[in-house]
Amino acid sequence: MNTGSRRQFLGQCASLLGSGSVMAALLATATRQAEALPAWALRPPGALAEDDFSAACLRCGLCVQACPFDILHLARLGDDVTLGTPYFVARQRACEMCVDIPCAVACPTDALTAPAQGINAARMGLARMTGPDTCYSINGTAQCGACYLACPIKDAAITMERRSAGRRVYFEPTVNAANCTGCGKCEEACVTQEASIKVLPLALARHDHAGPLPRRGA
Amino acid sequence: MARRHWLARHRWLLLRRFSQLGLLAAFLAGPWFGVWMLRGNLASSVVLDTIALTDPLVLLQALVAGHGAQIAALSGAALVLLAYALLGGRSYCAWVCPLNLVTDLAAGLRRAMGLGRGWQMRRRTRWVLLGAILVASWVSGSIVWELLNPITVLQRGIVFGMGAGWVLIVAVFAFDLLVSAHGWCGHVCPVGAFYGLVGKVSVLRVNAARRAQCTDCGDCFRICPEPQVIAPALKPADPNGSPVILSGDCLNCGRCIDACDEDVFAFGSRRVVRIAAEGAKV
Repeated sequence: MNTGSRRQFLGQCASLLGSGSVMAALLATATRQAEALPAWALRPPGALAEDDFSAACLRCGLCVQACPFDILHLARLGDDVTLGTPYFVARQRACEMCVDIPCAVACPTDALTAPAQGINAARMGLARMTGPDTCYSINGTAQCGACYLACPIKDAAITMERRSAGRRVYFEPTVNAANCTGCGKCEEACVTQEASIKVLPLALARHDHAGPLPRRGA
Repeated sequence: MARRHWLARHRWLLLRRFSQLGLLAAFLAGPWFGVWMLRGNLASSVVLDTIALTDPLVLLQALVAGHGAQIAALSGAALVLLAYALLGGRSYCAWVCPLNLVTDLAAGLRRAMGLGRGWQMRRRTRWVLLGAILVASWVSGSIVWELLNPITVLQRGIVFGMGAGWVLIVAVFAFDLLVSAHGWCGHVCPVGAFYGLVGKVSVLRVNAARRAQCTDCGDCFRICPEPQVIAPALKPADPNGSPVILSGDCLNCGRCIDACDEDVFAFGSRRVVRIAAEGAKV
C-alpha cells in the first residue's frame, strides 16, 4: 500500500468512526430522553426495575395478548411511556392478579418473571393514601371503605385503622407496604373524583431504601 | 419476443404481496377473531402457540444493552437467523417487512412520475447507523432502535394501536417519494443492513444463468431496488464469471425475474448454477 492510498484509507476510517460516534452519541442521548415511565403507568407483575426493563423488554406485546382481561397496553408513539413497552393504568383498569400470571409466563425474556412465591409477591407499585383530605372515610363524608373491600389481599395490604379526632371517630384506610402488590384495585375502586388512594411506582412510594438527598447539580 | 402475460410479469410481486399481507393477517387474526396463528409482533412472536421466534437484531441490542436473555429468546433468534440463511438475508425486507409496502408504493409513484433516483446517500450510511445503534444500546443500556424503528412502529401499530405512529410512516413515505429513491430501505434502515450480513452467506439466490439471452434492454436495472447487485452477475468482467447475484444487498424480491422478457433470471442455489449456452434450456 503506498502512502497516498494508506492516507486515503485512514481518512475513510476516521470519517466512518467520526460519523458513527456522532450518530451513536445522538441516539444514546435521544434514548435517555425518550424513555419514560410516568407515575400513573404501572408495569405488569414481575417486571424488572425500570432501567433493566428497558434493556430486557423486546416490545413484542406477548404479555398484552396473554392478559385475559385486556388490561395491558403497548405504548404507542406519542404516549408518555417508552415506545412499545407494556403498561397499565390502575385508575382505568387494575391488575386482576391471575394466580398463573399469564403475562409474565408469555414474556420471551426475563423482563417479566413470575415471582416464585406467586402473584401475591408481585410488586407493581405501592398504594399510598394521596388524598387524606378528600378520602370520604377520613373526612367523615361517609363510611366508605371501597378500597379496603376491593383489595385482593384482604385485611393484610389495606386495613381500616380506627382513629379519633376530638370526639369524632373514623377509620383510615392504611396500606401495609409489606403486603401490597400494587395491583391498583384500591385506586380503581376509590369513589372520589380524583382517586384518594393511588398506586405509585416503587421508586416514588418507598423511602426505606432512600439515601440522603442528592445534592442539586450533582 | 412476444410480450408475456401480465400474470407472468407480476408473478413474484403477487407472491410477495401475498406473503407480506398474509403475515399481517396472521398477526391480526388473533386479536380480531380469536384465531391465534401468530402471537406478538415482529420483535418476538409465537407461532401456533408452539414455536417462539425473536428478531435477532432486537435481541442483539438487548444483549449489548447489558441484559442476558433467556434461552427461549436466544433459540428463537437462532431459528430466524437460520431461516434467513436459507431463504436469503434481505428476503426479510421483500417478503416480511410491512414497511416495504409503503416504500414500494413510493418507488412505484417515483417511477410513474419519472422522478429518477433523486438524492443518493452513501450506501455505507446504513452500516454506520447499524454500528451506531449497537454502540448507543451499549451506552444507554436500552434497545435503542426500537424507539425509532418505523418497521415495528407500523407493524406493532397495526396490531396493537398506532397512536402518532402514522407520522413516522408518512415521513418515510415522503422521504422515499420526494427525496431519495429507495432511500429508506437502501440507505438508512439498519435492520436491512443487518439482514444484508446474513445475505452474504445465504443459500437461496437469484442468478442470471441465461445471461446469454440478455438484450441489454435495462428493464431489470430499472425495476431493481438495489441495481448495483445485478451487474456482477449479468455483465461480469470475466465472461465465465459466476452468474449468481452474491451481494448481501439483494432482497430476493424476484422483480428482475418478473421484469425480464428474455427470462434471464431465476431463483437457485448460491453454489450450483450452470451457465446456459445461448438458446439452451436450463
